[in-house]
Amino acid sequence: MQKALAELSEMDELAARKSPVHALHPAAKLLTTIAYILITLSFDKYDLSGIIPMVLWPVLMYQISGVELRTCFYKLRIVLPLVMAVGLFNPLFDKEIMLTIGGVGVSGGVISMITLMLKGVFCLMVSFLLMATTKIDSLCAALRKLHVPAMMVSLLQLTYRYVGVMTEELAVMTDAYHLRAPGQKGIHISAWGSFLGQLLLRSMDRAQELYASMLLRGYHDHFHYADIERFKLRDALFMAGCILFFILLRYGNIAQLLGGLVIR
Amino acid sequence: MHMADALLAPAVAATMYVASASAAGVSIHKLKKDDEPSKLPVMAVTSALVFAGQMINYTIPGTGSSGHMCGGMMLSALLGPYAGFLSMIVILAIQCLFFADGGLMALGANCWNMAFYGCFVGYFLIWRPIMNGKWFGEGKSAERARIIAASIIGCVVTLQLGAFSVVLETSLSGITELPFGAFCALMQPIHLAIGLVEGLITAAVLVFVHDSRPELLSGVELSEEGSAKRSLKTVVAILAIVALVVGGGLSLLASGNPDGLEWALFGNADGGYSTNMGLDEENFGVSSGAADKAESIQEKTSFLPDYAFPGSESAAGTTVSGIVGSAIVAGVAILICLAGGFFRKRKMKTE
Repeated sequence: MQKALAELSEMDELAARKSPVHALHPAAKLLTTIAYILITLSFDKYDLSGIIPMVLWPVLMYQISGVELRTCFYKLRIVLPLVMAVGLFNPLFDKEIMLTIGGVGVSGGVISMITLMLKGVFCLMVSFLLMATTKIDSLCAALRKLHVPAMMVSLLQLTYRYVGVMTEELAVMTDAYHLRAPGQKGIHISAWGSFLGQLLLRSMDRAQELYASMLLRGYHDHFHYADIERFKLRDALFMAGCILFFILLRYGNIAQLLGGLVIR
Repeated sequence: MHMADALLAPAVAATMYVASASAAGVSIHKLKKDDEPSKLPVMAVTSALVFAGQMINYTIPGTGSSGHMCGGMMLSALLGPYAGFLSMIVILAIQCLFFADGGLMALGANCWNMAFYGCFVGYFLIWRPIMNGKWFGEGKSAERARIIAASIIGCVVTLQLGAFSVVLETSLSGITELPFGAFCALMQPIHLAIGLVEGLITAAVLVFVHDSRPELLSGVELSEEGSAKRSLKTVVAILAIVALVVGGGLSLLASGNPDGLEWALFGNADGGYSTNMGLDEENFGVSSGAADKAESIQEKTSFLPDYAFPGSESAAGTTVSGIVGSAIVAGVAILICLAGGFFRKRKMKTE
């Protein structure tokens, strides 16, 4: 649980850095990320050579933003195997040979497995990049600008604020519990209800106080944001350029073009 | 059960987004109509708590393992289905954004699989009918028994539905070669066990809340006003639940051995794929005038055509240049990394 806390604060620290990517408008980054994921997912499951050039954009962005690729992969170590696992079955079921490299046949299943894994890795890379370069507050403000309902956005912001508080509180409780029950793994069944229940009741009361204090500070219906930067020409250019680049990669196979240049 | 982006085709992801967004829209509308602004902080704090609570290990007695909870049922029992649904969406969004648990594009599908069933199906078809029914007689202990029954049945059923949806969405996306039946056989039993444990944990927490602060539970009538009107609904709900449980059980038995039709439908890629890497359209598919025309229209309009590179000659030629080109791309990517590192070092020196 302490680990989760550390990860959260690490993300906040990353997002608070300064770089050309950090300085972009959050809405531009969000939309570009979504476009990237959509286009990556739209590749055919056997289109391995088409999908490989998609790696260029995240790699370039990581370098410009100064976020280390290592941090990303360290963070994704738990999630990646799950994505991989689904593709693992493909070679077993799709055994038709699609190409031969040096006498070794490669089946369609292997190609679709690798394509699937790459898709997973690329999508995770760009989502991580988005969060590592954007503060949650500015992301929420951007969501509001994109007309996501105020209630959802406020809820997201408030919940994010309290995730840290609650995790810390539960971490303290778990520590206390384990100190009094040495050598026991997890929470015993006799305490299943009361352990979380106690905190739940306390939190419900806390929420009432929170609401009272919100009202005292003039809360009405939704939160107000300090003006975030305006959507500048730079942001529009970034978005348009990136999306054009993705479309180019999608409809013109860069890998084949490059390979053709060298081979012929 | 969090799905990653790679498991979904854009069309399926978009459909699930639309479905979840409409459910969220209805929920927001309902909450606004009820005009309960004070609910916002309660929702936020409770969902933060559930988020943290998911990290606790609960020891399962008699076994060495431990269980976790997911919280959809619990949130809707505490906050009501609409607020519960919104809270679950937020939890899933935070998991996806900050912990890379489930993808950005898959968020719609994840909300549907985990939040929609848990909150709406779980609440309207299971929690409310059972809590307002006459099961186990009258009195406090009967109420407690009803809570336990509702939580366990609710969690098992909603998790089965969710797991089935995962299988369905992945299969529709055409991502995995795993036959539909085999995939079901993999997912449903695992989630049966998870659902049972989750149900027990949910029951324990809700019983505790019921004992100390019963007014916090949503949809529970504490007064003895007439529940006779509901009896028919209760019966229908119970029947539906039984059908689902039995169906789930049967599907476990049946799908252990995937049948030929499913194999043919999902397992077996078209023979045409073998000669080309999906780059060459001419070699497979039906060829008639109408089909060609339809294909050309589809090619122009579709976001996901079976992409064909103009001027690609033989299958062998395209593959080789594809491989070489990919290697070049990889080289460029590494170069970018090196260049980034170089500039950063220089900047550090100048600073």
